[in-house]
Amino acid sequence: MSRQASGLKAWVLQRITAIYLGLYLIYLLIHAATGGSSNYDAWRAWVAQPTVSIGLLLFVVALLLHAWVGIRDVLIDYVHPLGIRVLLLSLFATGFIASGLWVVQAIFLARIPG
Amino acid sequence: MTTRTNRPVYLNLFQIKLPIPGIASIGHRISGVVLILAIPFAAYLFAESLSGPSGFAQAVAVLNRGIIKLIIFLLVWGLLHHLFAGIRYLLLDIHVGIDKESARKSAWGVMIGAALVAIAGAGVLL
Repeated sequence: MSRQASGLKAWVLQRITAIYLGLYLIYLLIHAATGGSSNYDAWRAWVAQPTVSIGLLLFVVALLLHAWVGIRDVLIDYVHPLGIRVLLLSLFATGFIASGLWVVQAIFLARIPG
Repeated sequence: MTTRTNRPVYLNLFQIKLPIPGIASIGHRISGVVLILAIPFAAYLFAESLSGPSGFAQAVAVLNRGIIKLIIFLLVWGLLHHLFAGIRYLLLDIHVGIDKESARKSAWGVMIGAALVAIAGAGVLL
């Protein structure tokens, strides 16, 4: 997509990620409502299931993309001094990447047998 | 870069008197920002709960603290508002409920619905 259409790209991305996040949230809610994972072994075994692992990894990516587009819109609207805006965008980006890697690492560690 | 225009931009939320859809809209933004601030905390709890049986117990203990329960209630309320308002926006995008009267009703529905489901959820779980 061209540079001129980057606003449209963000708009579309926000909606695609929203739909996935909404649907996956319903799935998580159903899992929780039908007993969920009440102890460590059950919780880890659930996360380690291939379908759950992939679903969660996609959830993390979708959530962080969604959060990035959203916080970028808010900061562009309300924070006008360019230096502070760039500083805040950098802080959020760093926080998102760090949180994302933390969760991804936990998912992969849960999948290692033993 | 696009060229800068001199069109007026007025976003002072303390001066604007918002109609109901506007209140639901700013609620969507505020809840989004609050949920973002909770991301590192959620990542910590997720990683801790998977680190071993003691980590799992630690995560459960954190979630059972009174003040944390209150914070989680507020986060769940925010999430529900964000979700319902988001579904409303997706419907508006495809021109469902686009007329003024329906848009006002759906904005009320979003705000009341999110609060009611949050309270009902708290009643069941706490």
